[in-house]
Amino acid sequence: MTDLLKFNILEILRGLSNRDFSTTELVETYLQQINKTKKLNMYLEISSERALKIAKESDCNYKNKSNRFLEGVPIGVKDMFCTKNIKTTASSKILDNFIPTYESTVTNNLWKEGAIQLGKLSCDEFAMGSSNETAFKGNVINPWNWEDKRSPGGSSGGSAAAVAAKAALSSIGTDTGGSIRQPAAFCGVVGLKPTYGRCSRWGIIAFASSLDQAGPLTRTVSDAAIMLKAMAGHDPKDSTSSTKEVPNYEDFIGKSIKGLKIGIPEEYEGSGVSEEIIKSKEKVVEFLEKNGAEVIKVSLPLTKYALPVYYIVAPAEASSNLSRYDGVRYGLRKECNSLDEMYEKTRDLGFGDEVKRRIIIGTYVLSSGYYDAYYLKAQKVRRLIKNEFDAVFKKVDFLLTPTTPSTSFKLGSTQDLLTMYLNDVFTVPASLAGIPGISIPVGLDNQGLPIGVQILARPFDEGGLFKIGNVIEDCVNFDFTPQGL
Amino acid sequence: MNEKNKIDLLSLEKLSKLARLDFNKKSAEKLIEDLNQIIGFIDQLNEVNTEKIEPLSSVTGHKLPLRKDIVTDGKINKEVLENAPEKTSDYFVVPKVIE
Repeated sequence: MTDLLKFNILEILRGLSNRDFSTTELVETYLQQINKTKKLNMYLEISSERALKIAKESDCNYKNKSNRFLEGVPIGVKDMFCTKNIKTTASSKILDNFIPTYESTVTNNLWKEGAIQLGKLSCDEFAMGSSNETAFKGNVINPWNWEDKRSPGGSSGGSAAAVAAKAALSSIGTDTGGSIRQPAAFCGVVGLKPTYGRCSRWGIIAFASSLDQAGPLTRTVSDAAIMLKAMAGHDPKDSTSSTKEVPNYEDFIGKSIKGLKIGIPEEYEGSGVSEEIIKSKEKVVEFLEKNGAEVIKVSLPLTKYALPVYYIVAPAEASSNLSRYDGVRYGLRKECNSLDEMYEKTRDLGFGDEVKRRIIIGTYVLSSGYYDAYYLKAQKVRRLIKNEFDAVFKKVDFLLTPTTPSTSFKLGSTQDLLTMYLNDVFTVPASLAGIPGISIPVGLDNQGLPIGVQILARPFDEGGLFKIGNVIEDCVNFDFTPQGL
Repeated sequence: MNEKNKIDLLSLEKLSKLARLDFNKKSAEKLIEDLNQIIGFIDQLNEVNTEKIEPLSSVTGHKLPLRKDIVTDGKINKEVLENAPEKTSDYFVVPKVIE
């Protein structure tokens, strides 16, 4: 592996600035690595020509000293973001021929700051899944122990794997119930789900609109801070996006955590959580205490109801959002004699099993006679869960939990639906409450697979997550590079 | 699980009609089994007392802002039609709906 691939965003920006290497060299190096790691099935589209052309412009900008905030940073994009003139499929057959005529706000924000798109990364179909196995073009393979064919997690499996395999300097993903944090934990990278409303959802293919949020997947915490700074901000085109000013997140790196109160929710360590993951979390507690934080036990008794709430709210919103795929305006069409038949056959042909299940469940919980019992009930419990977080954040500043109950599993090994859904048991509650969460890699289990811990914060305290995450990262002090690729 | 909430072939047919989503009759049995497993799981919420609790539909805490009723784009017929499976001049084409 060449040295260029080892550098994080900060080091790359410094190197480019000093002209130690050019953007063209950097992009060429990444394109070579993408080629070398093709066996992991991460990229659905590779924009080589376009990336090299922009790299040339970027080199000019450095020469003229008109370089921007992320000038020359090569980025991989989850295939849920619409990218103008570049095929965007959400890993679904129904969108397999879709070429957007517009650019999502978040990706546009990145390109405006000089970042360079390497290509589009695979994910679970319409971001529905926790293993990347629902992807239409086949699953991504986790770069860790890759010959074992393990799951990179999901739904942002391609985004997490690409950063781990150094086939992107950083990537972006979307998180609806854990889709950034869980794959980040499985692949040994940093993954941030910002507060709901921190990043614009405009131009992101909608799954569950009250939960969807974009975020970065990176090598380091400071890289995540830099990426979020460029991605976040108010967008008139997304009325749920926040008008709160975007802080200079880098200022939170290297700051003391002395006196901060960190809660450990007892409900996040029940049976079913791997002992090694619990041990890793205990180790992190020691790090935090050593650095002057106060760690106390707290309780969030409604935690176990978060998943059932999620599996009502998310499918309900999905069934509504996905009604747009009807074979009329874009995407796949199955020619039929009547309009209704065309809708029904097109959707049967275009959607995979998991997406179909969720559309049917969503239709069911919204249908007459079941709406109150399921959908309204779920929204009420969602409020109680949010209230519970509000209350606990009066006592503590942050929460520390495992990101996932287990480390990466073998592809094809999880046949039971509910077992698969349980992957998100620790990430879903924060999604329902709209609060930010970050997963930080903290070690390897006895099979050499990455373990992640999750930190949760009050709404819009992403800065706090970076501050604590950076301390944890410094204490762990481990190079999370998968071997043998 | 409450028996009345269980999905059977008849209710699956109704739901599939509502969702405009045809399903493979051969794999219906498996689909029904999966759906009932999920329903059994979400039925857990009955254990939670939600009396006098207002449903939460948005976590932003702010009201949706209004904007001036003015055209923000427009004249993008070509872009809008760009991905259409079938079009003729400036229209999407669908199977005949009236005889």
